[in-house]
Amino acid sequence: MGSPMKIRAQMKGDVADIKILMAHTMETGQRKDPKTNQAIPAHFIQQFSVEVGGKAVVQSQTGPSISTNPVFGFKVKGAKAGDKVVVKWQDNKGDSRADEATVA
Amino acid sequence: MDTLRRTVLKGASASGVLVAALAAGLLKPTQVLATEWNKVAFEAKDTPAAMKAVGAATAAESKDLKLTAPDIAENGAVVPVDVSSGIANTISISIFVDKNPNPLSAAFDFANGALPDVSMRLKMGQTSIVRAVAKTADGKFYTASKEVKVTAGGCGG
Repeated sequence: MGSPMKIRAQMKGDVADIKILMAHTMETGQRKDPKTNQAIPAHFIQQFSVEVGGKAVVQSQTGPSISTNPVFGFKVKGAKAGDKVVVKWQDNKGDSRADEATVA
Repeated sequence: MDTLRRTVLKGASASGVLVAALAAGLLKPTQVLATEWNKVAFEAKDTPAAMKAVGAATAAESKDLKLTAPDIAENGAVVPVDVSSGIANTISISIFVDKNPNPLSAAFDFANGALPDVSMRLKMGQTSIVRAVAKTADGKFYTASKEVKVTAGGCGG
């Protein structure tokens, strides 16, 4: 299990503004350990999904060129305050995590 | 004697294969999500190949697709990029960084009221064109690009 995500979802007019911060090293596999000169194996989030009020709104696939501790922002129309936001990710080593928040 | 030795070896190698197959099956990440990671597209070495792998071999330039990124990024490890599509029925957006070892950075599919608008932070190894590709419900592709100058790379050790 990875570390918890930070999810913030706020209504702005009729659109929910969703910000997600995932805690992940997002290792590219291109770097070398300076001490051992061994390549550091790639370790990155490959997929994530966002659900609002029980409906899948965003499905994403990501590569290792997303920055460490990825931050994503989305806008969802038709959401309302009180809706549950569920974010799930899965990385290339099979680790996964799900966290939730409520639209404010 | 010799025959027995052969048989034993055969048996050993056959079970070895079986173990490897099982391990491969077991090591496969459990699918918590619906789709399979697009390995071909993400491991493509140049943008045309990556675009082809997501189905966007031909994409028309569009002013309705807005790509917001800094002109100069001081830190290539964290380059804020924002893409928003004003094209009707945009169902997905992909981001490519031409000069990265693997250009495809991310692909997003939108549904159930999600607006085709996404912000993220990318790593960039060097100054490069950043490209967004939007796909509409009728299978057409549109693109927008912008050059971002990187003064310190994000992929170095």
